[in-house]
Amino acid sequence: MKKSVSLSKEYLKGVWENNPVFIQVLGMCPTLAVTVSAINGIAMALATTFVLFFSSIIISSIRKLIPAQVRIASYILIIATFVTIVDLVMKAEFPDLSKALGPYIPLIVVNCLILGRQEAFSSKNGVVRSALDALGMGTGFLIALFLLGGIREILGSRTILGLQVMPDAFEPWLVMILPAGAFLTLGLMMAYFNSLSIKKEEKQKASIINEYRVLKNNSNKSEEDK
Amino acid sequence: MKLVIQMLVTLSVIGIVSGALLSELSGWAKPKIEAHRKAATEKAIFLVQPEADKYKRIESVKFEIYEVYDHEMNIGYALPYSGSGFQGNIRLMVGLDSDLEMVTGLRVLEQVETPGLGTKVTEKFFTDQFYYLLATPSIECVKGAKPSKDNEIEAITGATISSKAIVRIINNGMSKLRSLRKEGKL
Repeated sequence: MKKSVSLSKEYLKGVWENNPVFIQVLGMCPTLAVTVSAINGIAMALATTFVLFFSSIIISSIRKLIPAQVRIASYILIIATFVTIVDLVMKAEFPDLSKALGPYIPLIVVNCLILGRQEAFSSKNGVVRSALDALGMGTGFLIALFLLGGIREILGSRTILGLQVMPDAFEPWLVMILPAGAFLTLGLMMAYFNSLSIKKEEKQKASIINEYRVLKNNSNKSEEDK
Repeated sequence: MKLVIQMLVTLSVIGIVSGALLSELSGWAKPKIEAHRKAATEKAIFLVQPEADKYKRIESVKFEIYEVYDHEMNIGYALPYSGSGFQGNIRLMVGLDSDLEMVTGLRVLEQVETPGLGTKVTEKFFTDQFYYLLATPSIECVKGAKPSKDNEIEAITGATISSKAIVRIINNGMSKLRSLRKEGKL
């Protein structure tokens, strides 16, 4: 199967132009709920990436063996297996982190980011591409959750990764660590990223129009010359 | 028919592989998780019973309760007890003296109160109020004033419900233990 998309593009699309949080708006439940601190965001994103990566590899390699009628059930079984692995390992090795993330680790099973990528990508592409796609989406998710968690932690509890960065005189914005703060921050960040991509699009349009004008002028000139 | 068999086989194979993998992993993780839980409980027991040097679970009672000792002498109990808070369950570790008349200390083990308001019940200035606090006939919660009696604590401004919930949970636990003692089971 030949593809025109290069392998590096397969990875990078999840990081930026197809970012799971800011562009695709997938996986909102963990995004909003656990990002009260940067470390929570990082842990959540790493756990999700692990599950996404391994389920993508497995599913893309056995995609031709799974009958279409039971594909969703098979995906959920495979995803749930990896989620349980993450949950058990975290409980055994990082009990504090697992306590902070609470029920959101088991809930990765129903994170639409993971099932969405399996259905939209891994079930139609080879192992290498699926793995790269999963890593890219994971990276995009990590960036989004880290930014969101970092901003909320700085404003809401004066710290970043547990280190105090704001002076004591700064009164913490309580709303930032409440659910409302997650919606506010996410909304503003989405607006910012959308404005960036709109600007980029306008620039492209402007440059195309410009090129066209130059071409037209040149042809006019050459006609006058004749 | 062929399709049905294929579907059954696919799902069964995935299920069996997944189950085998997870049972293997769970065998590795279970003792570790149990050890963490035990360590957390142990730490909390010694914090609420500062004079204790040894503890033992009381096996004759249906729920979790620990007897604590100082130089082989029974000096009281440590009781993990939970009840509802403002938004969800609160789980406490309460230290009690051997006559069930006094609270020797309090630690909040689990809670999901409002961040910044209700979560203040886990902070030192609040839990220190329960250090050797008289609990007969029961602990009372006062609002906006310094406690005047030995069985009173001051509620946190902005977190009255959470403060009251803590007091209620302790009182419930105490009365349960007292009725057990009346029946001669403790």
